[in-house]
Amino acid sequence: MLTNYLKITLAVMKRRKMFTFITLFGISMTLSILIVLTAFYEHIFSGNYPEVNRDRCLYATLLEEQNTKEGGMRRGPMSLYYINNYIKTLKTPEKTAFSTVPNTINIYGNGKKLRLFFKYTDPVFWEITRFEFLEGKAYTQKDVDNNEQVVIINTDTRDDYFGKGVSAVGKTMEINGQSLKVIGVIRGCPITRLVVAADLYIPYHLQKRASEEVKEYNGGYTAIVMAKTPADLPKIQQEYAEVVPRIPLLTYGGFTPDRLNAGLSTYFDSIVRDMFFGSGDGSARARFYLFVTIFALLFMSLPAINLVNINISRILERASEIGIRKAFGASAQKLVTQFVIENIILTIFGGLLAILISAVFIWWFNSSHLIPYADLAINWTVVAVALTLSLIFGLMSGVYPAWRMSRLPAVEALRG
Amino acid sequence: MIHLSNIEKVYRTETIETLALNNISLSIEKGEFLSIMGPSGSGKSTLLNIMGLLDEPTKGRIRLDQEEIDDFSDKKLSRFRNQKIGFIFQSYHLINDLPVLDNVELPLLYRNVSAGERRRLASAALEKVGLSNRMKHYPSQLSGGQKQRVAIARAIVGKPEIILADEPTGNLDSAMGNEIMEILENLNRTDHTTIVMVTHDENMARRTHRLVRLFDGSLVSSNTFVN
Repeated sequence: MLTNYLKITLAVMKRRKMFTFITLFGISMTLSILIVLTAFYEHIFSGNYPEVNRDRCLYATLLEEQNTKEGGMRRGPMSLYYINNYIKTLKTPEKTAFSTVPNTINIYGNGKKLRLFFKYTDPVFWEITRFEFLEGKAYTQKDVDNNEQVVIINTDTRDDYFGKGVSAVGKTMEINGQSLKVIGVIRGCPITRLVVAADLYIPYHLQKRASEEVKEYNGGYTAIVMAKTPADLPKIQQEYAEVVPRIPLLTYGGFTPDRLNAGLSTYFDSIVRDMFFGSGDGSARARFYLFVTIFALLFMSLPAINLVNINISRILERASEIGIRKAFGASAQKLVTQFVIENIILTIFGGLLAILISAVFIWWFNSSHLIPYADLAINWTVVAVALTLSLIFGLMSGVYPAWRMSRLPAVEALRG
Repeated sequence: MIHLSNIEKVYRTETIETLALNNISLSIEKGEFLSIMGPSGSGKSTLLNIMGLLDEPTKGRIRLDQEEIDDFSDKKLSRFRNQKIGFIFQSYHLINDLPVLDNVELPLLYRNVSAGERRRLASAALEKVGLSNRMKHYPSQLSGGQKQRVAIARAIVGKPEIILADEPTGNLDSAMGNEIMEILENLNRTDHTTIVMVTHDENMARRTHRLVRLFDGSLVSSNTFVN
C-alpha cells in the first residue's frame, strides 16, 4: 500500500511541476533558513572552541554607575582595579581571568599592512579557555612577573606576518612600538566568540601599568569567572550580588553616582543584554525569547498558510481519483490516510532538500572567510525538530483537505 | 442478487426539486445479465449508482446479496463495494498517474492481499482481457478500447459477484464495442457474474438476458430475451 502511495506521490509531483516546485521551495527554504539561523545561534551562544568551559563560566562584561536622581550614567567594561578588588576576591570561583575588549591595531609585516585585533589578558585566560597551541605555549604568571615582552598570535596572523606556514615562535613582531617575541601560535577562533577572540594576545603587564593603578570602576576589561562545576554558578552570582551593594561609590569630577549596577551573567545573558537590549534589569532573556518566538512564528506562518492552500487545491483537483478509489472500496479513513501519507512524503522531500541546502550554505560560509575561523555546523537536534515540526505541519495541512474530500459522496467525486 | 424496493431519488437545490427516480422496484437474479435503456436524463446512471452504493436513494430499500444496506456505515459500505461489486464506466475512470498494472490492482489494495498476490491476480485479469503486454503502460498511452479493457480487468480482478457497467461501449467504435461486449458475455457465461449494463445501443441490449427501460425516472417496460 505504501509503495502505491509513494508511486502516486511521485507521479503527482512529476505531473504538476509548478506545484511541486512551489511546495518544495516553501518547505525547504523555510526549513533551510531555520537550520542556518540555528547554526548561527549555536555558533554565537554555544560553548564551542575555545570556550569549552562556557557551561561553568560567568561573565562580567558590563558595569553601570548611575545617578538616579539627576540622571546620568557611566556604562561599559570595567577597570582592572575593579576586577582585582571586587571580582578576583570572590571565594566561590575556581579561577578568574580577565582580558581587554578587543582593539584594532595596524602593524606592518611581510611587506603589507595588517589590521589586527589585539587583547591584553592575564595568564589565567589560557587556563579557562582551551586554545589549541600549534606552536609554542601560553605565557604564565612567571612571564608577567619577569616583565617578559611576549605575544601569542593566531595562524592567520602568522601566515600574514611571517609567511604561510613559516614557524613564528622565537621571532619578534613590532607592536605598538614594542618588540614582542612570539611564544605561541594558536588555532584562531571566530570574532563572534566576543570575549576571547583576537589575532594577538599580549600579557596585561605590557599595557601601561597606570591603568591598574587608576582608581575608577569603568575601564577596558572584562572578566571570566570559572566555577568548579556548573552547579556552583548560582552560588557565585549570589556571592557577587552580596558584594556589589557594599562597594563604595566613587565620584568622577562633577558626576556623582548613587547606584552601581553590576552582575555576573552566563554568556548568553551577557550577550543578549549587551547586544540586543542594553539593559541590566534582568528581563533581557525573556524579551529575547519573545522576540525570537514572534519572529519565528511570523516567519513560518506565511509558507504554512500557503502550503495549506496549495494542499487544498491539490486534493480538490483529484476529486475524480477519490471517486474511483471510493468506488473500488476505499473508506473515508483510508483516503485520509492516503493523502496525509502523500503529504508527509512531500514534506520529507522538502526536509531532505532543506538539509542539503543548509549544508551547502554552511560549507560555503565556513570556507568563504566572511568570518575567519567560522565553524558553523548543522545542529542535528534542530534538524530533527524542524523535520518533526514540518511532518506535523504536513500532517495538519493534509488532514483537513483530505477529510473534506473523503466526505464527498462517491458519485459526486466521480463527476470531478 | 439485487433487490430494489420503491426507490425514489430526488435532487434538491434551493429553488428546484428534480425527481430522478420514481418508485422503482426491480429484482435482478444471481447470474443474470440485465441491460437498462432509456433516453438521456431518464435516470439510468442514477439507478446504477444506487445499485452500486455510490449514491443514496431518497426513499426505498436496497438488498444486495441478502443484505439490507440501509444502516451500513461508511466503512462497511466500502468493504461491501470492494468485495461484491466491480464498476465499468463509460469514461473509463482510470487513474492516469498510475501504470495499467497498478490501476488493475486498485480493488485489491483495499483488501488484505500481499503485494505479490496483487501483482499475480492483476496480471491474470489483464491476460483475460488480452492486455498482458500493456501492464507497464500508462492510461494516456492506450486507445479507448484498451482503456476500457483495463477498466474491465480492474472490475473483475477481485472476482466480484456483481458488475455494474455504465455505457461501457459508449465511447468506442462498433468493432471495439463488440469486443468489450464479448468479454462481458464471457464473464457472465463462464463465471456466472451478475451484470447490469446501462446502454444506448439496442443491439447490445438485445445480447443480454433482460432489458428494462426507464422514462422520466420510472420503469416503463421489461423485456426478456433468450440468449
